[in-house]
Amino acid sequence: MLAAETYSSLGALLSDALVQWKRETALIEIDRKKVKRELTYRECMPEVARVASFLSKTLPTHTNREDAHLSPSAPRVAVLLGNQSRWLLAACAIFRVGATLVPIDYKLSAQEQLELIAHAKADLLITELPLARRFAAPPSCPILLVDGEDSKANVHTWDALPDAEMPPLVERAREDVATIVYSSGTSGRAKGCLLTHGAYLAQLDALMAIFPMRPGHRTFSILPTNHAIDFMVGFIGPFASGATVVHQRTLRPEFLISTLEEHAITHMAVVPVLLEAFERAIDERLAKRPAWQQKAFNFLTTVNQALTRDAVRPELSRKLLPGVHDAFGGKLELIFAGGAFVDRERAERFHAMGLPVVIGYGLTECCTVATVNDLRPFRANSVGAPVKGVELRIVHPSQDGVGEVWVRGETLMRGYLDEPGLTEAAFTPDGWLRTGDLGKLDASRHLQLVGRSKNMIVSPGGKNIYPEDVEGTFAGIEDVSELAVFATGYIWPARESLVGEGLFAIVRGDIERAQLVKELELRNRKLPEHKRIASFLETAEEFPRTASMKLKREVLAAWLREHVRPTELVRLRVAEKAEGALSL
Amino acid sequence: MTRDTIVPKLLDLAARKFDRPRDGLSAEQDLFDALGIDSVDAMTLLTALETEFKVEIPDYEVQDVRTFIALAEAIERRL
Repeated sequence: MLAAETYSSLGALLSDALVQWKRETALIEIDRKKVKRELTYRECMPEVARVASFLSKTLPTHTNREDAHLSPSAPRVAVLLGNQSRWLLAACAIFRVGATLVPIDYKLSAQEQLELIAHAKADLLITELPLARRFAAPPSCPILLVDGEDSKANVHTWDALPDAEMPPLVERAREDVATIVYSSGTSGRAKGCLLTHGAYLAQLDALMAIFPMRPGHRTFSILPTNHAIDFMVGFIGPFASGATVVHQRTLRPEFLISTLEEHAITHMAVVPVLLEAFERAIDERLAKRPAWQQKAFNFLTTVNQALTRDAVRPELSRKLLPGVHDAFGGKLELIFAGGAFVDRERAERFHAMGLPVVIGYGLTECCTVATVNDLRPFRANSVGAPVKGVELRIVHPSQDGVGEVWVRGETLMRGYLDEPGLTEAAFTPDGWLRTGDLGKLDASRHLQLVGRSKNMIVSPGGKNIYPEDVEGTFAGIEDVSELAVFATGYIWPARESLVGEGLFAIVRGDIERAQLVKELELRNRKLPEHKRIASFLETAEEFPRTASMKLKREVLAAWLREHVRPTELVRLRVAEKAEGALSL
Repeated sequence: MTRDTIVPKLLDLAARKFDRPRDGLSAEQDLFDALGIDSVDAMTLLTALETEFKVEIPDYEVQDVRTFIALAEAIERRL
């Protein structure tokens, strides 16, 4: 493992990784069952050199941005790619020439992607043909396509770049901005978090101390690489350690499983919805077995749970429960779950089977994670203890110790791009980030999240949902005079955890209950699953409003807290699963 | 084969795979709602369709797909 604390930039660290681990396999890219590309660290060098050389010739040498002080004159390169080896090679080249990386989520709509590229004022875009084709009009900056050919002016293709010497490393300081990562904001307002080289290096140091990687380890990169967890677990961590990153171009469950089996995956990061899919696959296999085998499996799971309570013992677990481990390739050591809240029972079950699920807590604003469960011992009811370099405090705690979570440390963003007002509001004068999440620390200083001080929820797939954004869908129901939507966790912080967060509507009107249910369910169907309201409440009270008739949301929220119990909500029929279009 | 001939086959297969009444399915429906499935189930449907129509449909071609008709169009493009 390269010593993260001795570096000042990701460019220097990644450049050393290519030399240090030259004989190790760096990247394996698979499409269904075919290996499309396999590169050692040494073989990555000419690819990185070609792209870095192209960047150093194409990018402006000086930028005259008002925010240039954040990263002296650094040009910005947006990367909009599905998970693939060229994502990481492009990032190595970008950091090599001292540019700032702007990772864009490939699952956003084309319009949203264009808005982020424009917001970041990217000097160049690296993308792939299927994604570029979706643009109504391409961005004005030069484009580098990693595949295909395009003869348009201003469009270059990766494979046509000439061989080149590796350009010299452009060093950056730890406090310089390394990436601009977009976090989902309310009403389409993009917030670009300015994350520094120091933030990533500090997180790398902290996480690799708890979950060390080494040559021979194989990380399966499934979560989009713009996602903070995959950027660390599926890129920076393995590269710093000489491990291998495996990409699969399709996310269909059968090919995820075949990749786990055929490529001896040891680590992967998933969103909770995928963990649920894996659990279903295990149960389906188990259900086909005779009753005595099912009983034996349950017994051995209990034995394994008892023997691994204090520490993970992968070899032992594999011997006790070979069936389930073989289904995951037989080498899987750790599953990192991120992006949303993990169901406690599911995490416990995986841990009992010897497939430990690492649960952490973080926001885009604080790099990868602020806290992480170190599995010594496994605690399913907590999101772990603050990692090295992160200070955490609970502010204005109630009698049962619940208050707003604040964090501070080198891993925090420098601010939001071009948003001085939002940046000032996010931080206290002495540098604490107000997370807006409510939590408490247990006796061993592990964090338990119980609610939010912000009116929002996080879907099982990791999307932030703001109730105000969905209210429009429920407007104009006949005989309903007022309607507002809230997040349940905001009104009634739970005692245990944030799993199963939901939205509910408060309704005032002169409408029959059955008719109201029908109207709400009808409108719910127009929304993607994760934005639907789960329940409602009828009231005869007029909503508090300002002189200009704007809803006083906070006053209404306080009234709800005071006068209504969550058990009084009337539940709607909402399908239990599903998220978005045909993508995970 | 055109989308008009693809749609009935697609609906037959989806109804069979997820055990839903065939009569309740139509081309313009949101397939997630109509079948009550999640994104992971939808991925397995895609694989079944590839076998049925003998095509290979990359994930990115169905990224924005929500309705049966849009899915049929994605298949048509690959035939």
